[in-house]
Amino acid sequence: MIMETQLLWMLALPLLGAVAIGFAGQSHPNIREAITLLTSVSLALLVWSLFPEVLGGARPEAHLVSILPGISLQFKIEPLGMLFAALASLLWIVNSIYSIGYMRGNNEHHQTRFYICFAVAIFGVMGVAMAENLLTLFVFYEVLTLSTYPLVSHKGDAKSVASARVYLGILLATSMGLFLPAIIWTYAVTGTLAFTAGGILEGNIAGPAIGLLLALFVFGTGKAALMPVHRWLPAAMVAPTPVSALLHAVAVVKAGVFTITKIVVYIFGIDFLAASPSGGWLVYAAVFTIVTASFIAMRQTNLKRLLAYSTIAQLSYVILAAALLMPLSLMAAALHMVAHAFGKITLFFAAGSIYTASKKTELAQLHGIGRRMPWTMGAFTIGALSMIGIPPTAGFISKWYLLTGSFQAENYIAMAAIVVSTLLNAAYFLPIVYSAWFKAETEAPTIDHREAPLAIVIALSITALLTVMFFWINQPALDLAAQMVGVK
Amino acid sequence: MIASHWPALQVALPLLVAPMVMLLRGATLPWLAALVTSFMAFAIAISMASTVLEGEVIVYAVGSWPAPVGIELRIDELSALLLLIVTGASSTTLLAARNSLTAELEPERHMLFYAAWLLALSGMLGILVAGDAFNIFVFMEIASLASYVLISAGSDRRALPSVFKYLIMGTIGATFYLIGVGLIYMMTGTLNLADMESRLAEVEELKPIMVAAGFITVGLALKAALFPLHAWLPNCYTYAPHIATAFLAACSTKIALYVLLRFDFVVFQGNLIGHDVQFSGFLMPLALIAILVASGVALFETNLKRLLAYSSIAQLGYIWLGASFVSKAGLTASVVHMFNHALAKGTLFIAVACLGLRFASLTLQDLKGAARFMPWTMAAFVLAGMSLVGVPGTAGFISKWYLISAALEQGYQGVVVIAVILISSLMAVAYLWRVVEAAYFGEALTSSSSTTAEKMSEAPPLMLAVVWVAALANVYFGLDSTVPLALSEQAATALMEHLR
Amino acid sequence: MEWLGLYNYWVFAVVLMMGFYTVIAKGNLIKKLLGLSIFQSAVFLLYITMDKVDGGTAPIIQEGVSDQIFSNPLPQVLILTAIVVGISTTALGLAIVVRIKETYDSIEEHEIQAKDNHR
Repeated sequence: MIMETQLLWMLALPLLGAVAIGFAGQSHPNIREAITLLTSVSLALLVWSLFPEVLGGARPEAHLVSILPGISLQFKIEPLGMLFAALASLLWIVNSIYSIGYMRGNNEHHQTRFYICFAVAIFGVMGVAMAENLLTLFVFYEVLTLSTYPLVSHKGDAKSVASARVYLGILLATSMGLFLPAIIWTYAVTGTLAFTAGGILEGNIAGPAIGLLLALFVFGTGKAALMPVHRWLPAAMVAPTPVSALLHAVAVVKAGVFTITKIVVYIFGIDFLAASPSGGWLVYAAVFTIVTASFIAMRQTNLKRLLAYSTIAQLSYVILAAALLMPLSLMAAALHMVAHAFGKITLFFAAGSIYTASKKTELAQLHGIGRRMPWTMGAFTIGALSMIGIPPTAGFISKWYLLTGSFQAENYIAMAAIVVSTLLNAAYFLPIVYSAWFKAETEAPTIDHREAPLAIVIALSITALLTVMFFWINQPALDLAAQMVGVK
Repeated sequence: MIASHWPALQVALPLLVAPMVMLLRGATLPWLAALVTSFMAFAIAISMASTVLEGEVIVYAVGSWPAPVGIELRIDELSALLLLIVTGASSTTLLAARNSLTAELEPERHMLFYAAWLLALSGMLGILVAGDAFNIFVFMEIASLASYVLISAGSDRRALPSVFKYLIMGTIGATFYLIGVGLIYMMTGTLNLADMESRLAEVEELKPIMVAAGFITVGLALKAALFPLHAWLPNCYTYAPHIATAFLAACSTKIALYVLLRFDFVVFQGNLIGHDVQFSGFLMPLALIAILVASGVALFETNLKRLLAYSSIAQLGYIWLGASFVSKAGLTASVVHMFNHALAKGTLFIAVACLGLRFASLTLQDLKGAARFMPWTMAAFVLAGMSLVGVPGTAGFISKWYLISAALEQGYQGVVVIAVILISSLMAVAYLWRVVEAAYFGEALTSSSSTTAEKMSEAPPLMLAVVWVAALANVYFGLDSTVPLALSEQAATALMEHLR
Repeated sequence: MEWLGLYNYWVFAVVLMMGFYTVIAKGNLIKKLLGLSIFQSAVFLLYITMDKVDGGTAPIIQEGVSDQIFSNPLPQVLILTAIVVGISTTALGLAIVVRIKETYDSIEEHEIQAKDNHR
């Protein structure tokens, strides 16, 4: 019973936080930010206290209201959701610390709106992570979309409003135009939407329709940024960096691949999908996205846009891992969600730190910046290594499982894509690291700066540390992932 | 027991209070009287709906003369739901009416406005409880005439030519309906709808009935602003007093739809061979075009009220579309969307009324930066807008879900329908987003900013409370739609039972 | 020559169309209202004509007369109501025209439109 109420509190806390932040308002910035931190810490404590229980096999459930006959707003924690919720709640704390430094350091306006929307977005993430059925997931998926819109358009100038329009347009269009019909279709043929071990579609749908339904789901989940529905992610880079960091490296995009993984595992069912030839295209779509996005990333000159395309490629690792339909590869999907989150948030933090201290955004300006900002660039280096997959960083672990999984599946195209993209990752990350540390500054900076504000440095050090730590301490995540695929 | 007279009182109460309201003076007393009456009607509607929910159809013989000789009032699931919509919308909007109206109409004429309001209310309720065709006509005209008066109270002079056009088209519609009823009466000798159904079964020559069906369908389509007979609607909604727009947009067109459903399903479907095919063959394309064209016009509209008016035409298209499937699922979608659309559009127009208090002109250009002065109003607007689009967790989502489920039953035809529904949903996002962008991101016009900035403030507390109650109702019925869904499903089942 | 026998319905149709045409074709608001009245009157004719029973008289019960044939009284009653509705509509329409005349100083449709477009 305690666990059930705990589930509902996980939803209520961020909302209460949002309300409290609203009341504190612009006039009491210290109280407002204290509330943000307090909320995020208590949420993380709440989520993490469930972790051992779920690891021990508990699957707490909570029922809220029934929306339609037979379909309720219902929550249930299963291993993958636990992992996602734990990840998001942990990084929210770090990100809150970072936000405080960033927002104050850059004198951003509308800070109250920023913190409120952030808390609501976390509410959406919690709902997505704990959703017991597709409809609940969809509801919170849309909460996440709508609550992040004001964050993306935060600056309020013509460019950011236009980009935010792309952001909202693509995410809403795909979810309403493809995802929702897919859900209704599923409901029409199966009469249920619950996430069930082994899937619910087997025996209810056959032939090319399977591939079509899968396409509706995968492209409908625009947040997963599978090409060609990836355009929103580079567009979203106009947002303040903390938003890009937590939402567009962790929460929003991971909600996308999380959704796809859950649909593959719990709606289609691994065995059913493996036996359906018409579902096989997903591997190749993911491979295409990985390689293409990596090439595009190589050609970027703006740091945040480069990170955005790198994210697109990395997200498709997760989709590829899920689409290979092997137990090991599915574990890789779960692990990579975590590993990429740690690495990419570090990279974004570093980008924001550079911007706060020096107002630099372009790659060409970064020569020699490592000497001015050693902590920032140190963290950046760790993040970049993790993206490439070099030990001892988190990225290595997930890539290892992914490669093993593709061996298991005997899918040599997937293997080749992983190898090629690893080389490409190295080709666009290493030059940045090299020139930051070893090249001389081309021109004297307009501002004679040192490190970014303390809050920022603390935050990015924590995430860099997490990236390294995950290499050594990953057993709990592995165990959870194993529970998801049913391998003990 | 007085409860047994609810059906008669439902209509009689506002009808009797209306002339008394005219005796009251000032801005407050007539408003209070209308408000109390409306809430009493709402209470009656709730009481009857709870009876009907238990599966009982309320039949009331006026003057104890049994049908078909006497006049019968009949409240089944469909009428119970619509009674809830109408009385609910009237009560909610009336709460906000005083503040809004004071800005648009001199206080000496308020009592006339409220009297007309009560007459319109009484007429609409009369249509819903009436069990025979001619009473429906009379009440329809009471409602229409009173609506013309409400609209003509608008402060913009363009309200007058608009309402004249509405009067002409509305009267033509009503007269067409009357011709249709006359033809049926000629063939059956009865005006009672239930009686018509059984007597028609014995009529051999069905040609006049076909003609009657045509007249009635076209006449009611005119009243319900079905595309392409919608020409009167945008101007009337634009130039009417804001609060009257909110009331009429929530209910008036749906009433005509209700009558049409009654006639088509109860009287015609079972008796005219192939009528279901004609019905859907006629309505479905029109509904689809209405949805697309009206949404398209809304995309380029610059006046907020007119934009919402075109959106109404598109949304009415959804209701027609659901009915045109001639299936239980489709009818459920149709009826539940009547409820949900009334909720969403009512809220939007109340929010518009709030804006109207502070902004002289409601073009998107002039509304730039509105959210800065009126954050609560605009937040409610956004919430209701999401419901209109059909974002999950709001009432609009429920109707969209049922509509798409119903379309899925239609096979290949359904795919086209679903495509149209989805495209139009996205168009709805786009046209509402233009409003949001203007209000949230537009820079306020600088020319007179120093003087207007002081005047600019939130709407009065009462109006804010109303708009928020309505907005939260959108969320509530999106999460727990038991009551409207139960009524809609029962109504759909009851209507489909008449098919043979 | 069956269709000639139904001349009353022909009258109904012709009057109906006359009214309808006037409503659509005339730009003067008063003429439009006149057309509307004609349009409605046609329907009154339809109702009145259908209650006619051959050899029937007014439906008044007289003492001592037993096998009397009546016209059907119901449509007459109905149309009495419809006439009232029609009068109210016309009255309201005329009132609106008066208001239009006051504000626009014209009752010609195209002039009113022109005045609004100028603003």
